Amino acid sequence: MSICRSLTLLLIALISLLSLPVMAQEDDPGKALLINLAEAPASKVEEAVNAIVSSGDERARGWLEAYGNNRLSRVKDTGQVVLVLNNRGRDWEIADPLTGEDMGEMSRRELDRVAINNRIRGQLEGILAMLDLNAADPDVREASAQDMMGKVDASLVEPLEARLELEENASVRNRIEEAVAIYRVGEGNLEAVEVLAGSLHPRARAALNEAVRSDNEALAARATKALESIEQKLKLNRAAETLYFGLSLGSVLVLAAIGLAITFGVMGVINMAHGELIMLGAYTTWGMQQLFPGQPGLALILSIPAGFMVAATAGIIIERSVIQYLKGRPLETLLATFGISLILQQLVRTVISPQNRTVVTPDWMSGSLVINDALSLTLNRLYVLAFALIVFAGLMLIMRKTRLGLEVRAVTQNRAMARSMGIRATRVDIMTFALGSGVAGLAGVALSQLTNVGPNLGQNYIIDSFMVVVFGGVGNLWGTLIAGLSLGTINQLLEPWAGAVLAKIIVLVFIILFIQKRPKGLFPQKGRAAEG
Amino acid sequence: MWLTRPLQERSTQIFLGVLFSALVVVTFLHLFMPQDSALHVSAYTVTLLGKYLCYALLAVAVDLVWGYLGILSLGHGAFFALGGYAMGMYLMRQIGDRGVYGDPVLPDFMVFLNWQELPWFWHGFDMAWFAFIMVLLAPGLLALVFGFLAFRSRVTGVYLSIITQALTFALMLAFFRNEMGFGGNNGLTDFKDILGFNLRTDATRLGLFIATGIALAIGYVICRGIVTSKLGRVSVACRDAEARTRFLGYRVERVQLFVFVVSAMLAGVAGALYVPQVGIINPSEFSPLFSIEIVVWVALGGRATLYGAVIGAILVNYAKTVFTGIMPDAWLFALGGLFVLVTVFLPKGIAGLLQKRRKAKADDDTTTGQEATV
Repeated sequence: MSICRSLTLLLIALISLLSLPVMAQEDDPGKALLINLAEAPASKVEEAVNAIVSSGDERARGWLEAYGNNRLSRVKDTGQVVLVLNNRGRDWEIADPLTGEDMGEMSRRELDRVAINNRIRGQLEGILAMLDLNAADPDVREASAQDMMGKVDASLVEPLEARLELEENASVRNRIEEAVAIYRVGEGNLEAVEVLAGSLHPRARAALNEAVRSDNEALAARATKALESIEQKLKLNRAAETLYFGLSLGSVLVLAAIGLAITFGVMGVINMAHGELIMLGAYTTWGMQQLFPGQPGLALILSIPAGFMVAATAGIIIERSVIQYLKGRPLETLLATFGISLILQQLVRTVISPQNRTVVTPDWMSGSLVINDALSLTLNRLYVLAFALIVFAGLMLIMRKTRLGLEVRAVTQNRAMARSMGIRATRVDIMTFALGSGVAGLAGVALSQLTNVGPNLGQNYIIDSFMVVVFGGVGNLWGTLIAGLSLGTINQLLEPWAGAVLAKIIVLVFIILFIQKRPKGLFPQKGRAAEG
Repeated sequence: MWLTRPLQERSTQIFLGVLFSALVVVTFLHLFMPQDSALHVSAYTVTLLGKYLCYALLAVAVDLVWGYLGILSLGHGAFFALGGYAMGMYLMRQIGDRGVYGDPVLPDFMVFLNWQELPWFWHGFDMAWFAFIMVLLAPGLLALVFGFLAFRSRVTGVYLSIITQALTFALMLAFFRNEMGFGGNNGLTDFKDILGFNLRTDATRLGLFIATGIALAIGYVICRGIVTSKLGRVSVACRDAEARTRFLGYRVERVQLFVFVVSAMLAGVAGALYVPQVGIINPSEFSPLFSIEIVVWVALGGRATLYGAVIGAILVNYAKTVFTGIMPDAWLFALGGLFVLVTVFLPKGIAGLLQKRRKAKADDDTTTGQEATV
């Protein structure tokens, strides 16, 4: 045993030698503070802790945290205070609290734990939070103030109010004010109620609810009023959230339907395999992520052109092999493309797997954008919403400003006339179908971030997509946009009181009835093209 | 009389002759061939054939609206399923206290969901006559309301197809909900007997098979009667040139509504006969895939021929039984390929092939009927 002990001592000596420059700083004030804490009698512990806090030392947080966790010990022989990194087993890993340097292992019998009593331990959380409030980074300060909501006690109020005087960052100030106000309301302070009236934090509401039940009538009355105003704000925020989810669902519908609006609306081809083209886009994303493991973001960006190309190629194959022979027979096209959709689904099941594949969401797309305590917007949906709008704008540009768009519109309006003007109608057909299919692929790339990627992905969207196109008015891209966004929003508005399934049924029935009233949709085509 | 006229037609006589001889042969082979004989038809096969005949009746119903009215309904599965549910409700009530929970009135799933009393729409289904009327009435009413709205506002072509699909999709979602009171996901099953006959005995199965055959015969004659009547000619006119027919003074929407409702009722009967034979009805019968499959049976057999629909339904379903038995993965490939091949290479279906080979002058409206593009 003594050999072991002397070896350890040797080790310590060696380490001390190695860290000579640090040891040379004998005048490190932290050392005195720690020794002061370690040697303080029970009645002086608080003073010692306060001394550490008020020293403004950056390492103070780590020390106090270790202290609270029983990880602060003294080496019996040297009197040095050390951090215990791992206190399992007989030999403990220790480190120097001043420099953070590893000091190897030491038998636990060599160490003497710095004693802590429960009273100090209870205060330590607040003290640590106070320390964070002094941090340089405003985000850390805000997070710490947020943590304090509802946890402020008598010992913390005064230091907090002192801190408030110094704080410059507005949002941190707000947080601290609210945290203090929650405590003050408990004391019966009327002004504090006003402060809380502006807060959406659940703790603030809890404090006010308690105030309503208090005996102090003036306080109860004020608190009731404040709660009402909070409820109002919450309602607004909830409405905003519903709207956001509605628009998000709508953007998905728009993405899924916009390609169909081109093939169905412009070309008059009913492509029941459209959903499977979406599925191909989603599987392309998955495939790209397999190609670039560990770089989901890069893979996702590359999937956008890749998904477009894959789906567009599939579309061209479908057009050349089947649809061109069924010109002018929309119902037959419907059946044939439905057959293609079955084949594509089964192909994916056989070649890849019948199970869903997981597509990783890159870091910059996960998480959410926090607007306030009651409202935060998930980032992936925000990106998809933006993506849908970009795709829509791109398509509008192509249809309105490019040669292809012009030719497509010409062929749609009067095929024979367009051909006699020298437009190669067959080529236009292929290009249009490829464009519509490619957009379906883009939709798939976006959908892979929101839903499961599986063989049934397309099936789930095909009926909805047709509904959107028909509701918006065939042959009208704006109609598709408005129809998609409004159907998504209606669906979300209905969901809270009807449930997801019933909401969907109601929307379907609504569309069925709407079509009876306006058989050509929201924005019917006018003029000669309408009769074709 | 419009119903007896078809009986004088050669094609109907041939069809009925083949159908009845098939019924007789199957019955004979089932009852009088020894069990180990190669020619013996097992009870399982009898029920399978009965199922095919139900599908055939359904296909005839679809052919009536698609072939002779030009309406591609992608929602006929809904009428089939409604008829099936009406029958299923009757069979559920027949179980009485023999269910797992032994409740004399409430079906098992309601006891399971802790319901205290029977929902209002379940009343009356303990009486066979009421249930059988509902088999016709439930799909008929839905078709009446839906058709009235759609035809009045002149929703036609692709739009109509898509909203019929939406209709059956909406109904599927609705029937999946437990709160609807139709057994939700699991549907209605565990039936015991029908009209006092035990559903598990071979004799009842044979009886149901024969009943289905007769129903198919009657359904065929009714459809034939309609399409050879004056109303049938007007409906073909609607199919080929709706606007022109309207300008000639015919009330197009009434013709459409009548034919659509008859077709829905036939589909309901097919569903009602289907349920006791397969022993279950659940919301998957409402799935858009099933409805669109029916259309392919008709397309394969040959549109606007009625007998083609029967051939198509039996062939495709036989193929399905074979494929799903040997290589289940290949079935969707085969079905999908069938969709493509039939529409591209066989626009007139098998019936078209037969007619081409005969090169004989066919009945007046069957040939003219196929020139149409809808």
